[in-house]
Amino acid sequence: MCRPTYYTIAYEINPWMSLKRQVDGARARLQWERLYSLLTRRLGVRVRCLPPQRGVPDLVFTANAGLVHGRTIIRSNFRHPEREREEPVIERYFKRSGFRVVHLNPRYHFEGEGDALWVDETLVFGFRFRSEAPIHEELARLLGREVLPVELSDRRFYHLDTCFCPLDADTALWFPQAFDRYGRRVLERLVPHLVDVSEADAARFACNAIPIGRAVVMQAGASAALRRRMSHRRFEAHAVDLSEFLKAGGSAKCLVLRLSGHP
Amino acid sequence: MSGPAKHPPDWDPLPWYTGAMPSEIVQVRGHIIDSLILPKVLDEIMDLNGTFEILDVAIGKRKTDTSMARLRVQAESARRLEQILKRIARLGAAPLHLHDVRLARAPKEGVFPAAFYSTTNLPTEIRFRGRWRKVRRIEMDCGIVVQPDTGQARCAPLAGVRKGQWVVCGAEGVKVTPLERTRQPEVFQFMGSAVSSEKPKLQLIQRLAAEMRAIRRAGQKILVVAGPAVVHTGSGPHLERLIRGGFVQILFAGNGLATHDIESALYGTSLGVRLDRGVAVKDGHDHHMRAINTIRALGGIRRAVRRGVLKRGIMHACVARGVPFVLSGSIRDDGPLPDVITDTLKAQEAMRRHVEGTGLSLMLASTLHAIATGNLLPATVKTVCVDINPAVVTKLADRGTFQGIGIVSDTESFLRELTRALHL
Repeated sequence: MCRPTYYTIAYEINPWMSLKRQVDGARARLQWERLYSLLTRRLGVRVRCLPPQRGVPDLVFTANAGLVHGRTIIRSNFRHPEREREEPVIERYFKRSGFRVVHLNPRYHFEGEGDALWVDETLVFGFRFRSEAPIHEELARLLGREVLPVELSDRRFYHLDTCFCPLDADTALWFPQAFDRYGRRVLERLVPHLVDVSEADAARFACNAIPIGRAVVMQAGASAALRRRMSHRRFEAHAVDLSEFLKAGGSAKCLVLRLSGHP
Repeated sequence: MSGPAKHPPDWDPLPWYTGAMPSEIVQVRGHIIDSLILPKVLDEIMDLNGTFEILDVAIGKRKTDTSMARLRVQAESARRLEQILKRIARLGAAPLHLHDVRLARAPKEGVFPAAFYSTTNLPTEIRFRGRWRKVRRIEMDCGIVVQPDTGQARCAPLAGVRKGQWVVCGAEGVKVTPLERTRQPEVFQFMGSAVSSEKPKLQLIQRLAAEMRAIRRAGQKILVVAGPAVVHTGSGPHLERLIRGGFVQILFAGNGLATHDIESALYGTSLGVRLDRGVAVKDGHDHHMRAINTIRALGGIRRAVRRGVLKRGIMHACVARGVPFVLSGSIRDDGPLPDVITDTLKAQEAMRRHVEGTGLSLMLASTLHAIATGNLLPATVKTVCVDINPAVVTKLADRGTFQGIGIVSDTESFLRELTRALHL
């Protein structure tokens, strides 16, 4: 994770961001600390923190730094120049932490775990708004795993982790309308139990959740229906208010990058 | 005036190969099967009214293996193709030819560099300095010479390449567009095979006549290649009418056709057989030698016409109408006539000079000259091969002139019907 010391809305690169709707810095820091303590204290997660840096406000959204596999990180090639500035910071941090840093073909964009989520042994890869389809072949080669590219079709859900959240090997939350009919068919075939998320819940970033065992850390305000459907599949929602981060189009999942625990 | 032939709306064309549609070869790789990326690419091409041909698919054996597909994408216009390519690029389907052609200098006069690209007779483009450029005067079994300063590319026969010229090597950056038969189901049915003696010829000839008129209206040329059997079968006067009627713009033949035509003009015989009565004339076997000798004495066919010695026949009609002819020699020629070009390479060059702007080529009872002409023609030139022997048409196709439509018929009855259909 990365503390939101310098987090602010400095530009508009997705439909959620507006320079007119500024972040309450103190509140953002408080919300972040609550998420941090929920993860570390209640759920027993070991968290490492990337030192924040002035001038790269979106560094808090560490999910987009890259994709970690073992002791290797496949570093992102950010689509927007505003976020490209994060690349050297990420690179330095991971190198210093003893990771091998792999670069992808610079011709194509890739925004890390924001667009790449594991469902058991298969990596689902979202493309169109941020990451680009051809990169999936390189990912497949590097990882030696099946990588299934699915196209995102709703600008509001610009990253895969805003509309799809694998909870375990055969369960996932999803907002089906964020995919086209091909993507829907691919996910339906891949995931035996897909939990539909309503548009209202999706717009509250319910899919941008962090699964930890049977616990799912997600934005507060999820509908009772969704929580019921989740508990029916024996998952427990842990609500946390991250409203200040919603202003930048991110929530719980965007604020963390998994360093271990993948196939 | 020049351009594609315009047809009335109810036009029922012969199954020609039509002009090539703009196309591009794209490749898509990765986990394209389970992710439905490949079906999606194909659907998007069709949604934009494009067509595709799957050239190559390699499907991974294990789940983790990636797959690859190569497609030829075609659209009715370059703009539409551009649109399709843009759409499918998003899915990772990228044009295969992202690089320029490789060029190497010709090491000697008449010698291509070892890795030279050997041409087909199909419309061909090369990518040079990032732009696609049409190869001019496309012809099969040649090389492509590129002018590096202008980027101009043209076909060059082996014997025609100069030392130091830049020649395309390898297939990278070379795009060949295949042609398609016109999409007319009934025509397909009844022209199911390229060559057959079982076809209603009159109907074919009617449609050929209409096509010839359209070609002429469009300002394109009609090329006739004729063998000596045209004269032997007594169909010389029909061909003469065709020439006088303005339906022949170039004539390719050999020493034989011209000789027997002149023999018939001077003696009324062809190989000593009277054309009006079909009987052999006493001592007629030497008529053709006397005919050749007469023309040689006068210094050529044109002079013989000017002096009033040659007053009728095919060659006379050509001279009278100002239709150029190229007579190419061969090893078994008698004489030959002074107009015959005996240097094969020079004859090829003379033929090459004349084929430009040809819209239709009519090959009549000739094997040798039909194949030689077929070799020089781009596949876009509509070609009709008329012969009593089906093997001739097959042979023409086997030598690469696949665009030919075969009509198995005696030349005399074919030409008689054709001139009638053209109201000559």
